[in-house]
Amino acid sequence: MKRVYVNEKWCLGCHLCEYNCAFANSGESDMAKALRKKAIRPNIRIEEDGDINFAVSCRHCKDPICVKSCITGALSIEDGAVKVDHDKCVGCLTCVLVCPYGCIREGESGAVQKCELCLNNSCGEPACVKGCPNRAIVFEER
Amino acid sequence: MKNYVIIGNGAAAVGAIEGIRSVDKDGGITVVSEEKHHVYSRPLISYLLEGKTDETKMLYRPADFYEKNGAEVLFGEKAVKIDPEAKKVTLESGKELCYDSLCIATGSSPFVPPIEGLETVKNRRSFMTLDDAEALESALTPEYSVLIIGAGLIGLKCAEGILNRCKKITVCDLAPRVLSSILDSDCAAIMQAHLEKLGIEFLLDDTAVKFEENRAVMKSGKVVDFDFLVTAVGVRANSSLIKDCGGEVDRGIVVDERMATSIKDIFAAGDCSETTDITSGIKKVMAIMPLAYIGGHCAGVNMAGGEETLCNALPMNSIGFAGLHCMSAGSYEGELYEEKTEGGVKRLYTENNLLKGFMIIGDIDRAGIYTALIRNKTPLDSLNFELLKKSPSLAPFGREYRVEKLGGEV
Ligand SMILES: Cc1cc2nc3c(=O)[nH]c(=O)nc-3n(C[C@H](O)[C@H](O)[C@H](O)COP(=O)(O)OP(=O)(O)OC[C@H]3O[C@@H](n4cnc5c(N)ncnc54)[C@H](O)[C@@H]3O)c2cc1C
Ligand code: SF4
Ligand code: SF4
Repeated sequence: MKRVYVNEKWCLGCHLCEYNCAFANSGESDMAKALRKKAIRPNIRIEEDGDINFAVSCRHCKDPICVKSCITGALSIEDGAVKVDHDKCVGCLTCVLVCPYGCIREGESGAVQKCELCLNNSCGEPACVKGCPNRAIVFEER
Repeated sequence: MKNYVIIGNGAAAVGAIEGIRSVDKDGGITVVSEEKHHVYSRPLISYLLEGKTDETKMLYRPADFYEKNGAEVLFGEKAVKIDPEAKKVTLESGKELCYDSLCIATGSSPFVPPIEGLETVKNRRSFMTLDDAEALESALTPEYSVLIIGAGLIGLKCAEGILNRCKKITVCDLAPRVLSSILDSDCAAIMQAHLEKLGIEFLLDDTAVKFEENRAVMKSGKVVDFDFLVTAVGVRANSSLIKDCGGEVDRGIVVDERMATSIKDIFAAGDCSETTDITSGIKKVMAIMPLAYIGGHCAGVNMAGGEETLCNALPMNSIGFAGLHCMSAGSYEGELYEEKTEGGVKRLYTENNLLKGFMIIGDIDRAGIYTALIRNKTPLDSLNFELLKKSPSLAPFGREYRVEKLGGEV
């Protein structure tokens, strides 16, 4: 299955992926309208320490502990991708307590949010990868 | 074709069904379910009262779950006896079920404390089931004062659930603090103050010693009048089926790493069983959803002849009350690292080069990175723990770790 993979040494730390992610999941068609004057809450996040930068988003684990631990059944696997049912999720954050990579986070609506590979928004393929200027993240089979 | 029987119909039973089906697509599965409901998420009964979920959304698995997994459910039937020689389960209705492999997933029952005069209280309920939630929903009125005995997770979740459905809520507990099994006194004090702000009153270090209909006399001599009483002092594992047929039972049904009981071809998982807490080495009942599902899955795989072990269990909890989140995991032993945050706190406990446990109130972002350190027993000198303890992220791990986790399938 195709996943988002990280080439740490090529990451510029430009944070473009974060903006592209926030825009792709905003439901808006205009980027300025979607993001202007708002604190963004992307599903991919740049982590930094000194001169290291790298992007982290859901690994779509083969045996995802978040899905096994979800107390409501709001997390499920669909064709290998881990997705959230925002209607079912009650925001207990048990999944945040167990994700080993820090890839699922509290959302604004009361439900959690995570990368769904842009399969459930209008983008159709990961917007973060599409907009990365240096191929520091790629969407491929490995 | 193998014949599987599962007693109970909660998260552990779902884990067992999915575990069996991951190995054996054809065997017959029969589920004995005392409750007459499609499997629902037990913790959601308080959210239901709060109006944050409904009876459809709270289903732990979709409506077609049993059908898709080829499982037959006997709703409203209770298993009363196991004959391990004949490999047969007897139900209260007199029906008998034969099994090749059996899973006990009976969960726990509320413990009702033997308090003088309790039987004189007419408006009284535990808080464990959908039926309990529905009973509360129809009984409560905006004029009611409610007394909850027990300031643990279940008592407090009940209080949150009914906050807007009654006039006054008093929670009492013999322990001197709220959530005493999860939090130390400093962290408990933060949660208590938050709950008090929501309008919940506490009588701690104090409990009811006598009831006279709608009145409780407390140990301290105080008198509390109420219209409705909720007993939430704790739960007991439903382990009698195994005990009665000679299986090994301690506080819960004793199982090995494959979730096998001491009796051949009988497995157990969830709140009715005991597993080893890797942070203390002690076998105990850890009554949490993730472990119920994971243990059930492990049992299911082994029942069907596959191989799975559960050897990294630890106690953990994530609970929130009106926006304030609190997470805890593992044991609170060893050296303490503490960080005070705005309105919250983070406490990490390390011992022998390992993270043993933590409590976090407030900023819980990425806390799973800490939980994974505990679960994987990662040596702390293999990463930059000074950096990690301040903020959980993958930066303090070596590049090699990141290449493996972010550059390949995990
Ligand atoms: C109010 C509340 C809030 C909670 N909140 C959380 C939370 O936030 N996070 C968390 O991780 N955990 C939480 N828990 C704990 C969690 O609900 C349990 O750990 C989990 O439900 C255990 O699953 P189980 O399958 O082992 O048992 P259960 O869900 O209890 O299922 C057992 C089933 O077996 C049936 N049964 C028992 N005996 C028989 C018999 N002889 N024959 C037939 N059927 C039988 C019972 O009727 C029951 O339906 C909460 C619990 C409560 C009550
Ligand atoms: S949220 Fe975390 S645990 Fe779940 S699939 Fe993604 S990386 Fe894995
Ligand atoms: S926060 Fe939502 S998705 Fe995460 S465990 Fe709780 S209910 Fe499941």
